Amino acid sequence: MSDIRQGQTMLVRRILEGDGKASSSERRAAFNNSGLAEPVGTLVDKVAKHAYRVTDEDIAAARESGLSEDQLFEIVVCAAIGQAAREYDTAFAALEAATRKG
Amino acid sequence: MRLRILNSGHTFGTKLLFAVIRTVSRQPVLDVIKLVKYRADFYGAPMSRVTQEAMRGPSTWSVADRELMAAFVAKTNQCEFCIKAHSAVAQRAYGSGKNVSALLSDLETGAVVEPLRATLLMLGKLTREHTVDAEDIQPVLAAGASPQQVQDALAVCFSFNVVGRLADAFGFFVPGPEAFDAGAKYLLARGYR
Repeated sequence: MSDIRQGQTMLVRRILEGDGKASSSERRAAFNNSGLAEPVGTLVDKVAKHAYRVTDEDIAAARESGLSEDQLFEIVVCAAIGQAAREYDTAFAALEAATRKG
Repeated sequence: MRLRILNSGHTFGTKLLFAVIRTVSRQPVLDVIKLVKYRADFYGAPMSRVTQEAMRGPSTWSVADRELMAAFVAKTNQCEFCIKAHSAVAQRAYGSGKNVSALLSDLETGAVVEPLRATLLMLGKLTREHTVDAEDIQPVLAAGASPQQVQDALAVCFSFNVVGRLADAFGFFVPGPEAFDAGAKYLLARGYR
């Protein structure tokens, strides 16, 4: 049976704790979708909640705030993985609860 | 692609690889490949391990079913690139006996059998509302999915909730059907490594 949890843990550890162009605290804030100054906060929130609404202007504004393209790359990746990981964890806990009840 | 580095910031060796891909497939390199090959140690390599396990690892879901889940998650996220990419893979994996586009547009026709149908509905809710609870999982189990099958479906959902967000945030170019069909052939033959 497939089990992604080990690979997922390694992925999260890499993007948050490994080397990067954005600071570790910025990457963690993007992962958590919490505590980022504007305009990056808006971009990260859009990536997490409705990425299809991200526009050229969102990216341009984040770039103009002083982020390099490599930093933006990392922050967007962290935002996407953070949201998907929260959803996975929530659903996994729901599965455990449903199995116990069953 | 909204970041120039994802289009043209790759190493010389990766650019050579892209030239080979263009020559062999006679198609442009898909933006998803450009993403996973950019600074692959940061995202592409660890993410590909997860996606390979979710999509091609041992599971009682068929490869076709898992690709349909990927396309359904993409549809829920309104990610055009991923809908087209994974519909193409699912269609090729199912063969001519099923019409993936019709399956995705209406789960109630009876063409999607249980427990796949209930599983897709649950993945749709998770993707749309960002949460599910035990009451959302119980109908999936009642429809005949094992707990392991639910776990395997959540793994697919995780991967494509990451990839779809990145496709839309980075603004992946959506090419014509020939490019997605070439990608589908590759993904069925080689997987996500």
